[in-house]
Amino acid sequence: MAQQQSAPAAARFLLPSGHAVGAFRLIVSIALTFLGLIAVTFVIGRVVPIDPVLARVGDRALPEVYERVRLEMGLDRPLYEQFWLYLQKILQGDLGTSVITSRPVFEDILHFFPATIELATFATLVGVLIGIPVGVAAAVYQGRLLDHVIRVLALVGYSVPVFWLGLMGLLLFYRHLDWVAGPGRLDIFYDGLVDPVTGLMLIDTALAEEWDIFWNAVSHLVLPTAILGYFSLAYICRMTRSFMIEQLRQEYVTTARVKGLSEFRVVWGHAFGNVMVPLVTVVALSYASLLEGAVLTETVFAWPGLGLYITQSLFNADIDAVLGGTIVVGTAFIGLNLLSDILYRVLDPRTR
Amino acid sequence: MSLAAPSNRRLRDWLLADVPQSRWQARVGRFYLGALEFGRNPMAVAGLTMVVLLVVVALLAPLLAPGSPFEQDLTRRLQPPSAQNWLGTDELGRDIYTRVIHGSRVTLYMVILVAIIVAPIGLLVGTVSGYLGGWVDNVLMRITDIFLAFPRLVLALAFVAAIGAGIENAVIAIAITTWPPYARVARAETLTLRNSDFINAVRLQGASSLRIILRHVAPLCVSSLIIRLTLDMAGIIITAAGLGFLGLGAQPPAPEWGAMIARGRDFLLDQWWVATIPGIAILIASLGFNLLGDGLRDVLDPKQR
Repeated sequence: MAQQQSAPAAARFLLPSGHAVGAFRLIVSIALTFLGLIAVTFVIGRVVPIDPVLARVGDRALPEVYERVRLEMGLDRPLYEQFWLYLQKILQGDLGTSVITSRPVFEDILHFFPATIELATFATLVGVLIGIPVGVAAAVYQGRLLDHVIRVLALVGYSVPVFWLGLMGLLLFYRHLDWVAGPGRLDIFYDGLVDPVTGLMLIDTALAEEWDIFWNAVSHLVLPTAILGYFSLAYICRMTRSFMIEQLRQEYVTTARVKGLSEFRVVWGHAFGNVMVPLVTVVALSYASLLEGAVLTETVFAWPGLGLYITQSLFNADIDAVLGGTIVVGTAFIGLNLLSDILYRVLDPRTR
Repeated sequence: MSLAAPSNRRLRDWLLADVPQSRWQARVGRFYLGALEFGRNPMAVAGLTMVVLLVVVALLAPLLAPGSPFEQDLTRRLQPPSAQNWLGTDELGRDIYTRVIHGSRVTLYMVILVAIIVAPIGLLVGTVSGYLGGWVDNVLMRITDIFLAFPRLVLALAFVAAIGAGIENAVIAIAITTWPPYARVARAETLTLRNSDFINAVRLQGASSLRIILRHVAPLCVSSLIIRLTLDMAGIIITAAGLGFLGLGAQPPAPEWGAMIARGRDFLLDQWWVATIPGIAILIASLGFNLLGDGLRDVLDPKQR
């Protein structure tokens, strides 16, 4: 729901003051949001009932060692200094060390993030390629049977718990029909055969020209993509429908019809052109929400992405890893918000 | 219906009067028109039915399912649906029908708690921000925007990590990530009221800002907030179930739908009913609220259609 407000929020920056001022305000607002994100994770990190010093030295360390590490970590300083240190560390890409993998959290995330990107990207593709035409169709046939069917299907997509739908998909398409592969990114016996170059399984296997593994990866990707894509489709379709309905009511559409243009050209040539700008914003925001929706989907499909990393770290009380993951997802969110704002300014001729 | 009795006809005329005799009549008449409009929308009526069903089931849970949702019968583990256990049994031999029925109470409890926390916070932040304006407005709205830009589920996860799992903590985590839109709605509403004559009149009588905000502005924002809440209910239900599924919300043996799905996951391939049935319950609850919210928006904001 929050997403719907972003178009006016973007428009706020575009008011008469001109581009430079708008850009400046945009930068300030992004910086403040990022600072807010860091502040929230900082607070969470302090509230956690886990002693960060104990976590590092172990509970059998001597008191002197404990004290020395405490001083090293700067935990004796005033809070604002601690926050400043924390901020500096994060800006340098230091998100702490994972207790479980004993590697820097940043490296862990670099390792897990591509799987999430792969999932979210393909799901967004599904959402765009199906959601937009379907949404346009619903708008054209507004109030008729087709429209009602599409609206209900989209609402179900909004309402269904994605983790449950994933389980049902596995039950039907993996267990009973055997059309797709089960959880994970590859069958176990293919694991580790391909060097991770980009981390994106389809690209890596294609680069290595391992076509068997490529098709295996596709078969693993289809179901989680479809499930997550349905969610994205529901959102994109709904927004497309309401944008299109607004356009089809305008007078220029009537003019185009009176001129004798075919309905196809009226809809796709005239009305849709004006819908594209806000739609770009919608797609960017939908992509952001998929990065998040991936948390539950990845759990269901044992998909080794950032979401699975965050939840598993959570159960192992690996707080640096949880907060690191939160910061990365949050930053991606902020980045995509910024991107959609910028695209809105660049694409909408009225803002020039 | 065309043969309506005269008294019905008089009632209808009274409701649709062009010149209502009292404020009450006008209000009832407007409500009647809205209800007619709402009733013409089959999806909205279906949604209302589902929500009413959910509430009735939660209220009458002990009557509808007399057994205890915690009662185990290890001799009857993982039984498929049958006459004795309508929806089968789970891995501890508990009756799934009973647990799903009682689960509606857990879900409603969480949803209502979130609403009780979120609406007043949003109302307070929004009205203060909108009424006072200036730097207060700037600061409060900046904070609201920051929270709006966060990924909600991930942030809720991080909060639960900090304060521990459990129903109440999950509620707090959801509330922390849900309040910003309410502040925005309340602020927008306040801005339209702020310079109206009756507020000016109260101000000239010497009422303090606090009094104006609490007694005169805030009550008028409540109805927009309620609509917004209806629209958000489905999202809250799904987030709560998601946290339960991850093991971060309601803890076993509570009959929470998301947690039940998580348990059923281990038996998914051979005992499908354990995971499937609680999911259908979640779907019905959240779909009901979504349909209802959609219908309400159609009635109250015809522009959106």
